[in-house]
Amino acid sequence: MQANENHKSPVTKFLLPLWLLGTFAVLAVGYRQAIFIAPTEATMGDIQRIFYYHVTNASLALVPPYINLIASLGYLFWRGRNPARALAADALAIASAEITILLTSIGLLTGILWARPVWGIWWTWDERLTTYLLLWMLYVSYVLVRRLSSTGQAHTLAAVLSIFAAVDVPITFMSIRWWRTQHPSPVFGGNGSLDPSMYPAVFWNLAGWAMWTAFLLYFRYALERRRQRAAASHSLDFLGQVQTDEY
Amino acid sequence: MNYARHVLTHLRKDLRLEWRTKDSINGMLFFTLLVVVVFSLAFDPTAYPSIARQISGGLLWVALLFAAMTALNQSWAREVRNHVLDAHRLVTAPASTLFVGKALANFIFVSAVEIVLAPIFGVFYNLHPLGQAWLLIIILPLGTWALVVNGTFFAALSLRTRSRELMLPLVLFPISMPALLAMIQATTAVLTGESEPGLWLKLLIAFDIVFTTLCVLLFDFLLRED
Repeated sequence: MQANENHKSPVTKFLLPLWLLGTFAVLAVGYRQAIFIAPTEATMGDIQRIFYYHVTNASLALVPPYINLIASLGYLFWRGRNPARALAADALAIASAEITILLTSIGLLTGILWARPVWGIWWTWDERLTTYLLLWMLYVSYVLVRRLSSTGQAHTLAAVLSIFAAVDVPITFMSIRWWRTQHPSPVFGGNGSLDPSMYPAVFWNLAGWAMWTAFLLYFRYALERRRQRAAASHSLDFLGQVQTDEY
Repeated sequence: MNYARHVLTHLRKDLRLEWRTKDSINGMLFFTLLVVVVFSLAFDPTAYPSIARQISGGLLWVALLFAAMTALNQSWAREVRNHVLDAHRLVTAPASTLFVGKALANFIFVSAVEIVLAPIFGVFYNLHPLGQAWLLIIILPLGTWALVVNGTFFAALSLRTRSRELMLPLVLFPISMPALLAMIQATTAVLTGESEPGLWLKLLIAFDIVFTTLCVLLFDFLLRED
């Protein structure tokens, strides 16, 4: 990301639009598979089709928190050594935190929509739902800390909080597991597992939404980098200095 | 030991400050009492003793949690006045001694409130624990430490943010959820005598150890941040 904004790198010029087109194509195939081709589920009927969206997004939501943790550790490590790289790590941290909130929100909402017709209730305080809600809350508080702190300090405070969140998630998971154990058990392998005829719908959607998530992550990261550059050049202008291409 | 001496100095300073003003303890005591009275409006503890037993463990901790929040916010506000915090930053002693000293001080304050409040709670809600009541002597300090250690840390973190009084609960509640669950479940187990609190005690101990370590390790970043 050292490239100057005025000369777009080949990545942003060709690869990104291509990637986006590919994403839409895969998502279109996924939609066709999930809505028209996959067989109707025996007991739940067509309502089960939300499964292809719920499971894919809810599972993908578990990836960006790791990126967030690694980026936060990277920020704390490079903070004193290589400020420019630290800022890049910080941009990746905020991008992955916001994507986590987006995906967990989709997971929670589709889950609620599915639970109402199938279980007869909107919500239940079982193991997975509670942990998942906690995950959502942790990252909302992360973003809030960033919003409410002044720009110079937000990075470190948020990075520290990210480490706390990462340590907290496994403890929360275990504790809630001991507390409540209604969510359907994992659907691949074991009893009550998914019929093989439904696999293509799952895999196409998983691939499509993963590509879409990667795109969003990169997009948000590039946006944050641009914001950082704008802030830096603003302060440089303010000092009456010539803008350098340091960043 | 040098480290212990620094911690003790910070602890003594915080205790002396509190002894002279008694701001946070008085505030916490009255606040918790208010919460106890307000909760009694929600249901009649005298008419339904078994319900009282079921939920009063949670009520006690929620009351203490809210009360601790007021004290935790104040505990760092003292250091901001006259730029004391900047002076702390220049000190050569490890930054975590300041944190450990303050966490211990807050622990003592909240424990003092509990000692006064637990009997009052028992009287107002007509509680006779059906389990092993002596276990509360272990559960209460462990739970308090879990609240206070993270609370002190996040109070220091939210010190640098706008609307810091609002920030602390927003950050502290989600992180402390496993500890809250463990202390509420353990207390309820003792009060109702229906289950064993052993598992929850272990969880509390693990939570305390993990998060104390993390706070001590990361406090330096927090203090030296400009």
